[in-house]
Formats: sequence, C-alpha cells, structure tokens
Amino acid sequence: MNAPHDPSSVGAVTAQKARFDKPLRLKGGAELPSFELSYETYGELNAARSNAVLVCHALNASHHVAGFYAEDQSNIGWWDNLVGPGKPLDTNRFFVVGSNYIGSCFGSTGPASINPTTGKPWGADFPVVTVEDWVEAQARLADHLGIERFAAVIGGSLGAMQALQWTLSYPERIRHSLVIAAAARLTPQNIAFNEVARQAIMTDPDFHGGHYYDKGVVPVRGLRIARMIGHITYLSGEAMAEKFGRLLRRGAPGFDFDVDFEIESYLRYQGDKFSTYFDANTYLRITKALDYYDPAADFGGSLSAALARAKAAFLVVSFKSDWRFPPPQSREIVRALLDNRRIVSYLEIDAPGGHDAFLLEDARYHNALRAYFGNIEL
Amino acid sequence: MRADLNVIAQWVAPQARVLDLGCGDGRLLRHLWHEREAPGYGVEIDDAAVLGCVENDVNVLQVDLESGLSLFADRSFDCVILSETLQTIHRTELLMREMLRVGREVIVSFPNFGHWNARLQVALGRMPVSETLPYEWYETPNVHHCTIVDFEDLCRRLRVRIRERLVLHAGHPVTFLPNLLGSLAVYRCTAG
Repeated sequence: MNAPHDPSSVGAVTAQKARFDKPLRLKGGAELPSFELSYETYGELNAARSNAVLVCHALNASHHVAGFYAEDQSNIGWWDNLVGPGKPLDTNRFFVVGSNYIGSCFGSTGPASINPTTGKPWGADFPVVTVEDWVEAQARLADHLGIERFAAVIGGSLGAMQALQWTLSYPERIRHSLVIAAAARLTPQNIAFNEVARQAIMTDPDFHGGHYYDKGVVPVRGLRIARMIGHITYLSGEAMAEKFGRLLRRGAPGFDFDVDFEIESYLRYQGDKFSTYFDANTYLRITKALDYYDPAADFGGSLSAALARAKAAFLVVSFKSDWRFPPPQSREIVRALLDNRRIVSYLEIDAPGGHDAFLLEDARYHNALRAYFGNIEL
Repeated sequence: MRADLNVIAQWVAPQARVLDLGCGDGRLLRHLWHEREAPGYGVEIDDAAVLGCVENDVNVLQVDLESGLSLFADRSFDCVILSETLQTIHRTELLMREMLRVGREVIVSFPNFGHWNARLQVALGRMPVSETLPYEWYETPNVHHCTIVDFEDLCRRLRVRIRERLVLHAGHPVTFLPNLLGSLAVYRCTAG
C-alpha cells in the first residue's frame, strides 16, 4: 500500500541534519558545546510561514515520520498512516517537521557521538537529557528552518510530553498542542517499568558501565529484556489475547524452555530486532527523561499553576485500553487546562490497542485529528 | 435549532461562560459563541457527536456525566446547561448537585411525561411514543422520565430555586395547564 506510486504517501524522503554551534545548557546542569539534530520535512512552508507542524516522537522512533527512503523502501515512517497528502495531517496544507532529539541514536548528537573534548564516543559521559532540553534544541531547529511559530506541535506518549512542554517553554511559538496518550508526570508504576528496563541493561555484563562502544560489544541481553517489558505494557491485555491467544508455536507444549506460546515468540522477536538497532545508553537516558518530566514540580505539585503559562489551544486524546498512560492521566492535564480557562477538547477513545493505539489507524481517532487540523487557520 | 435550544440561547447572558452537558454536535455552543460571544465547553460521550463538535470547532470533553463533573472546579461557569438529557441520566440527583456546584446558574430542559398524549397512551396500556418521546420502550436511551410537577418536587428537595420556567408544545409557549398541555419544559435555576 505504500509503494512509490501511492498518492497518499509523501513518497521518498531524505533525512537532514542541522548543526548548532552555540552551546546548549541542559536542565541537569551539563552543557553540550555543540550539537546536531536529525530531522525530516514534508510539504512546503507557505509564504506566511504559518503552516508548520512539528511532530515529536516517542521512545523508540525517530525523525522518520512519513514516507520511505529511496534506498530502503520498506523503511516507512512511523506515523505514515497520519501524515501525507490527503491524510489527517495533510501535507498538501501543512509543512510537517519530524524532529529527532538529542541523546538519540538516530543521527542526532547522543551517547554514541564523538565527545569533542576526548575525541572518543561519549558513552556513559553523555549527560542525562530532559524533555525541556529537547524542546530547547527543537526551538533552535525552528529558528534554523525560519519558523517563528508552529501552527501545531503533536506527539504521542513521550512525544506528547514534548508537545505539552512546547506550550510552557515557548507559549508564543505554538498555536495548537495535540497531546496524545499522555501523562504530565509518570505514576510510580510507570517509573517502575522504566527502572526494570534500565536494570536489565545496566546489569548486562556487556554494558561495561556504558563504555561498551570501544569494547566491540553491545548489551544485547539487557536491551532485549528492556524491550520485552516495554512491549508488554504498550499492549492491552485484550489486544494481546486477540492477537496471540494461547496459541502454541509448536502445536503442543514442549515441556522445555524453548518458545511455547506465540506471545513468547513475539516478545523474543521484538527484543531481538530492537537490540540490533537501538543504543542502550540512549534507552537509559530516554527513560530517565520520561521519569523526570513533571512541569508541576516547580509549582508545589500544582499542574494548574504550571500550565498557567500555556497559551495554545489543546486537543488531548487518550485511549481507554491504555494502562501505561491511562485516561486519568490525560484528564489531569485537561482539568489543569480548564482551571486556566484554556481552549481544550478531550477525546477518550474506546480503542483496544493499549498504549500503542496512538500509532494505529482508528476511524474515530483519525477523523477527529483530521477535523481538528482542518479547522486550524493558516 | 430545537425549540428548547432557542429558549436556552435567549436565557444565556452575553459573554457568559457556558458548560453544555450532553451537547450533541455542539450546535448550541456554536450558536452561543456566534450570537452571544459566550465561550463554552461541551460534554458528550457519543463518538459521532464528539466528532461533530470537533468539526464544528467547539470545545468538547468526552467524559461520562454519570461519574459527576470532577473535571470542573466549583463555580467555574456562569451557566450549566442540560438540554433534553436529564431523562437519560441514572444518577439524576448527583448530577443536579454537581451542576449547581460548578455553575452559578443551571438551565434544564426535558420532555414532559405529564403531557396529555403521554398520559393517554399509558392509560391505553402502552408506553408513549411521540415527537418529544420518539423511542420505543425497548430502544430508548431514557431511563428517568418525569413530569413538570415531579421536577419541581426534586428542585424543592435539593433546595434549588427556580428563576424562570417556560413550557412549550410544538415550539409554542403553553401557560394554561402546562403539565397537561406542554410537551417540553425549560427551567432556569440557581442554588438556594
């Protein structure tokens, strides 16, 4: 369906990089002397520069939001079902920017990049980055692209945290914020899952305290387990039962410890795949960024006080079957916005997909996004 | 627009902050914004209606009224509207209290089960079906029908003060024997 001639695809795209030589002071206190950000763009920036939409990605995705690479046509952008000509986020109308973040392993400056002061990969010395830092870096990218103000910033999960933070860091530079499958601050349960993932990585003998690049090894076992636990929490029990049931891989129980159930096979496959392309140091930092994010922390825990700065109009969307970022967490954001008399709509979609539902095509979800984007004046 | 919505629109003060519970596709809110510059939010549970609100560029919150109005702070609205939705609510008393908590003023409209036509159909041994009660008993979303007298009893019990009442039939005001001749009632109330 995403063959080159598909008229609803943005087609072949090229990843780009922007370099910033002005140092970036990070929330944690460290400073990046310079950095690069990977990004892609789709559609055209209009003359008034009023049609730019920033798409922020979540944990394991990248700036490759839509289309495919000419040299690797099976590598389709992670939100290709949403972004393209005639799609809900219509690239005939909007100039869409997919931005990576610092600390990533997809081309932006991160733990595997060369530390200019040592001439070696940063490894464990790469600083812990935060959602606020990512927004600072993206603001530089916006300057670089000549975008004074985004028509909208959209993201799901960790991407939603960025879409929210944009309204707080740069209230004048964003007109609409689409906050999907979100939390303004993780619950202890959510942090707990992240900690298990980090422990899996850090206790892998091949981790070497984060300095594994020059040892020629990768903490594959840790990454696999981190990804497996992630996947369990991204799916709803219902979706898992629907997809795998109690199906046996070999038709009958093996009475051994090879793969018996289909779900085991799926988790092993996902874990193996992930460990071949994702960087362990990046995983540690991104989960920390998730855990630390809490705009209310500086306001005595009051999210209402924290969001008083926001000026954007909001669309908040949650999914009933999402237990990793469950609807009450989105309602907390909505409540804080209502306390501040912000323009906000909230959709609670009864989709079965769990946290991953934000990536899936669902008519109620996509029609609402289509209508919302359609009403954004350019 | 529906007859009761026209009445409601006239009762909403210019620039009032409005909360419309069970707002459908948001047409009343859109009307209030255009005619009265009254900004508002709708609450709606139905997916198609919620999409209609987004299409109409109306603020909509997809939450269940049955669980109360916990999203909204005390006295955060000038006017809370419940139009032809009262009869679909299970926890009527809770919702009435919640409306009076978040709004300075409450506007409620409902089909009057005391209308002679409904009484006649019941007297003849059948559940009524009419223009204001358009559902067969087995498919109706309505769970709590009431008459004008019943509603006013509830208001007394909850210490709700009725500020204004308009009873309609076929879009026209009914002043003579309203509980018998009116098929739709609209109330403007405040606490205490």
